[in-house]
Amino acid sequence: MSSSVITANHDVAVHGADHEHHDDGSKTLLGFWIYLMSDCLIFSALFASFAVLCNATAGGPTSKELFELPYVLGETMLLLFSSFTFGLAMLNMYAGKRNRVIGWLFITFLFGAGFIAMEVHEFAHLIHEGAGPDRSAFLSSYFALVGTHGLHVSAGLIWIVVMMHMVGKFGLNDAVQRRLSCLSLFWHFLDVVWICVFSIVYLRGVL
Amino acid sequence: MNKRSLVSTLRWSCAGLTVFLSGCNLEVLSPKGDVGMQEKSLILIATGLMLLVVIPVIAMTLIFAWRYRASNTKATYAPKWSHSTAIEAVVWTIPCIIIAILATLTWRSTHALDPYKPLDSQVKPITIEAVAMDWKWLFIYPDYGIASVNEIAFPTNVPVHFEVTSDSVMNAFFIPQLGSQIYAMAGMDTKLNLIANEPGTYAGLSSNYSGEGFSDMHFTAIATSQQGFTEWVNKAKASQANLDNQAFHALTQPSEKVPVSYYTNVTPGLFNSVIQQYMSDMSMKPVGTPSPSPAQASASLSGSIPSHNDHAKASE
Amino acid sequence: MFGKLTLSAIPYNEPIIMGTLLMVCLGGAALLGWVTYQRKWGYLWTEWFTTVDHKRIGIMYVIMALVMLLRGFADALMMRAQQAIAASDAAGYLPPHHYDQIFSAHGVIMIFFVAMPFVVGLMNLVVPLQIGARDVAYPFLNSLSFWLTTSGVVLVMVSMFVGDFAATGWLAYPPLSELKFSPTVGVDYYIWALQLSGLGTTLSGINFVVTILRMRAPGMTLMRMPVFTWTALVTNILIVAAFPVLTVALALLAADRYLDMHFFTNELGGNAMLYINLIWIWGHPEVYILILPCFGVFSEIVSTFSGKPLFGYKSMVYATAGIGVLSFVVWLHHFFTMGSGADVNAFFGISTMIISIPTGVKLFNWLFTMYRGRIRFTVPMLWTVGFMVTFTIGGMTGVLMAVPGADFVLHNSLFLIAHFHNVIIGGVIFGCMAAINYWFPKAFGFKLEERFGRYSFWCWLVGFYLAFMPLYVLGLMGMTRRMNHYANPDWQPYLVVAAIGAGVIALGIGFTVLQIVVSVRNRAENRDLTGDPWGGRTLEWSTSSPAPFYNFAVVPQIEELDQFQVDKEHKRAYKRQAHYADIHMPRNTGVGLFMAAFGTVLGFAMVWHIWWLAIAGLVGMIASFISRAYDTNVDYYVSGVEVEKIERARLVPLEKLIDHVDPASAGQKVA
Repeated sequence: MSSSVITANHDVAVHGADHEHHDDGSKTLLGFWIYLMSDCLIFSALFASFAVLCNATAGGPTSKELFELPYVLGETMLLLFSSFTFGLAMLNMYAGKRNRVIGWLFITFLFGAGFIAMEVHEFAHLIHEGAGPDRSAFLSSYFALVGTHGLHVSAGLIWIVVMMHMVGKFGLNDAVQRRLSCLSLFWHFLDVVWICVFSIVYLRGVL
Repeated sequence: MNKRSLVSTLRWSCAGLTVFLSGCNLEVLSPKGDVGMQEKSLILIATGLMLLVVIPVIAMTLIFAWRYRASNTKATYAPKWSHSTAIEAVVWTIPCIIIAILATLTWRSTHALDPYKPLDSQVKPITIEAVAMDWKWLFIYPDYGIASVNEIAFPTNVPVHFEVTSDSVMNAFFIPQLGSQIYAMAGMDTKLNLIANEPGTYAGLSSNYSGEGFSDMHFTAIATSQQGFTEWVNKAKASQANLDNQAFHALTQPSEKVPVSYYTNVTPGLFNSVIQQYMSDMSMKPVGTPSPSPAQASASLSGSIPSHNDHAKASE
Repeated sequence: MFGKLTLSAIPYNEPIIMGTLLMVCLGGAALLGWVTYQRKWGYLWTEWFTTVDHKRIGIMYVIMALVMLLRGFADALMMRAQQAIAASDAAGYLPPHHYDQIFSAHGVIMIFFVAMPFVVGLMNLVVPLQIGARDVAYPFLNSLSFWLTTSGVVLVMVSMFVGDFAATGWLAYPPLSELKFSPTVGVDYYIWALQLSGLGTTLSGINFVVTILRMRAPGMTLMRMPVFTWTALVTNILIVAAFPVLTVALALLAADRYLDMHFFTNELGGNAMLYINLIWIWGHPEVYILILPCFGVFSEIVSTFSGKPLFGYKSMVYATAGIGVLSFVVWLHHFFTMGSGADVNAFFGISTMIISIPTGVKLFNWLFTMYRGRIRFTVPMLWTVGFMVTFTIGGMTGVLMAVPGADFVLHNSLFLIAHFHNVIIGGVIFGCMAAINYWFPKAFGFKLEERFGRYSFWCWLVGFYLAFMPLYVLGLMGMTRRMNHYANPDWQPYLVVAAIGAGVIALGIGFTVLQIVVSVRNRAENRDLTGDPWGGRTLEWSTSSPAPFYNFAVVPQIEELDQFQVDKEHKRAYKRQAHYADIHMPRNTGVGLFMAAFGTVLGFAMVWHIWWLAIAGLVGMIASFISRAYDTNVDYYVSGVEVEKIERARLVPLEKLIDHVDPASAGQKVA
């Protein structure tokens, strides 16, 4: 875990006696892991709903007719690249290179925003074709699952913007590093979820 | 506690229970059919088994509480004592044994009493299709071409095979004195096999809350002789009302405290079309409006897998 | 502009509701006026509303639970009264439209806004004290959790006066809860109230798991944790694992109602059984979330008042963990009658029964804790013995209903109602009442008065049996739940008895209120000077009553289970230090309250389809959260000098007293 790189709060040097009550970052990261697990359960429940309903097309379009794998592959690539660039941002954080952190965060943001733009476009296209979420239970579960992931990514984008500003304002202090570590976990987590979405929803649907 | 007092306590509590129960009209414990009989004895056996632990626990609670009260300085006080491997072994073992017995009983009885399982009988079962509606029950006798609202009749000692669905929200079909209940769900077909071994008029109801008119959603189940049943069928056949799509559509409108009525000339396949109204693209059409022929319906159905029946079976 | 909200949403023509509204307004105005008159707003704001102190948050949770208990119980009285008179198809005084909302609200309120705040409040109050911590892992999140729960409460209460509440039963099964069959805003209130409070509960769960895993005093290994903390740990793990599923189930229902989706509709491939499965995958662990901490409470109490260590501590821990795991594989027993095959039903039936093994072991362990003890029958102990008898009966009927063949005739009947009230009242409510009496001195510095406490207990106990034993019989007579009126006159006598029972319980609640009032008035007589009024064994009793805001001047070192008891026996307790270090503390913040206020606005706006307001609420929530991240002034230090002053004021007079008394029971005699 990256907790090892989080240095203790400055104050602890002065008040060393009660360091166990001071958040050295590991507590936050543990909590964030637990949060991610609960979020993971949200996605599990959505995947389960999708599995139950994916054949309930009610005479409407099926996944075979709807999904274009190359397009989705493009989305996937954007998200994978964004994970890579976030990794670079984190490496620069460890190296203490503040401006590079902001730069890589910005590039990550661009990739993420590109992903969201493609997803919104895909949704708009489906709805335009009459394959909106109100068409069948299958489409409801598809939109809910993929849309929930999209909402998470959007929340992540807001978070990236805030963190870019924070790095600029506060520098790479402990709190900022802790938050960047959490955001990093969150962002990679969304990547993993997307891999599941890609294989279970799109690949399985088209093949 | 010695064995004898335990046995006598058990005996007295059972006797007390029996007296108490016979005092009021406990429909569930005075079944009139074989399924209900089995369920009654299952309840009594399971309860008896558990009382073997429950009564000692309650007795020990009260005895320990009394004996070791602070004011009783004669009782032993062991302020450090908090472990005994022997006691621990016993308190884990006893519940395990009881539950093992109960689990065996459960496994067997659950299979024996599976509501989908046809009853063992020499006689050919009679089929009744039940449709839960807002807020009444429609019963269709496919073999006789008749239907009724809020009343059914069947001969005694003949297995009755119910096919149950709902036209709107979820309900549960239940005749307490005959045994098991089963959910009535739109787009699904659940099954229930019951038998009445004694003639009589039994209360039937929906046990699953379904909205404003729920409290009046009861019906009468008449178990009668073969002759009585034939008369009942003839009464229904003599009815002026036909159950065609139009009449069915009228019934689907919400209504409460609906009096008993009878229909004849039931449109064949009506029950299936009630189930299938929700299962395909045709779903937007209410059943009442002219529906596609069964062939068409099933054709459009085959595209949508899995069928909800499979779900009902496999759902977990 | 205001979505679906018009003046006609206020039910002018319902005298019962308008009367209640009037009373709420008058009572509320009186309360606000009194606070203003006393000039207490500043105090309330700085010391309570913005607090991040786990003890105060815990107290606020419990107060909320008590207030909502009054509301939920008023619903219960109305239902009992309706069923007592609506025999032979008499209409009674509540039309179905109103009655159906009442039983739905009763269930929702009692589970989400009485039992949950009780349990979460207790964990807040006690867990950090028991593990020797100065606060929870995330004090700000803790405050946010509390205020989000309050948002849920506000929405449920508003629904009574503006619009209506769900008339669908407490779990809002579709398709009945779909727009087609429930077109009013009732279900929407239900969804948003539960989503907001559910979010708060999930955050609480995360908070406490980290607190317990990471903030225990040095030397307190997992197997040296007090049993209540163990149950709290398992409960919070269950919360983290179960509540996300509730969130999904409700979100999908909301998607059906707001976005015309088809998860659970009859049409276009929807599948209502999916909802029923999801909601019970949350719902069954939920009942263990409620009962496990109460098991912990009883364990603490039975050992304290028997003057012995808990019998079979390890068994207790394994049993708790076992129950936690098993609680996730039993949910289908809530719907054996759905038509699953015999194999599936039998599997879930048997797995349900298996839970009764660790539960039975717990009962035996409490019994053998009492065995060869010196039992002091204080009010908490009375509740405990009452629980042991009552819960055993409830457990038995529960196992009975776990047999699918038996459930086929008992499902959805009043037998079921009797069963779960038997375990929830007998287990959770008795547990919370015991806990309030037990830990009250730790929260406020004086004990609750015993006499009215005993009256309350006996009223609850007798009232419970009067109210629910007839329901078991009625279930066997074929009466189903949720009936507004009924044709069978044979049922009426039993329902009248049940109504009388509810009245006796009402007396019990009245005595509890009286007990609190009298105790506050006579607080000088019941002061707890030692911090250990009962001769307790766990760490919370080693600090003063009420506990100082920093909990422990010196973080205790743990070498054994029941360390405080050992310290007392070796006369090591209550030692003053030569030097006290500075203590690091979190600073109070109002951001949690603001976020929850925006959340309430969001929920209300969503209920009434006031989209601009909903967006404003959401943006407000996010913005306040981000603003919190920019706040660098979130903590401070209490100087060692000040700590020393506080500790001296308590310990110096105490030392004089302790010299003369037996250390093992120091507390009781001093107090």
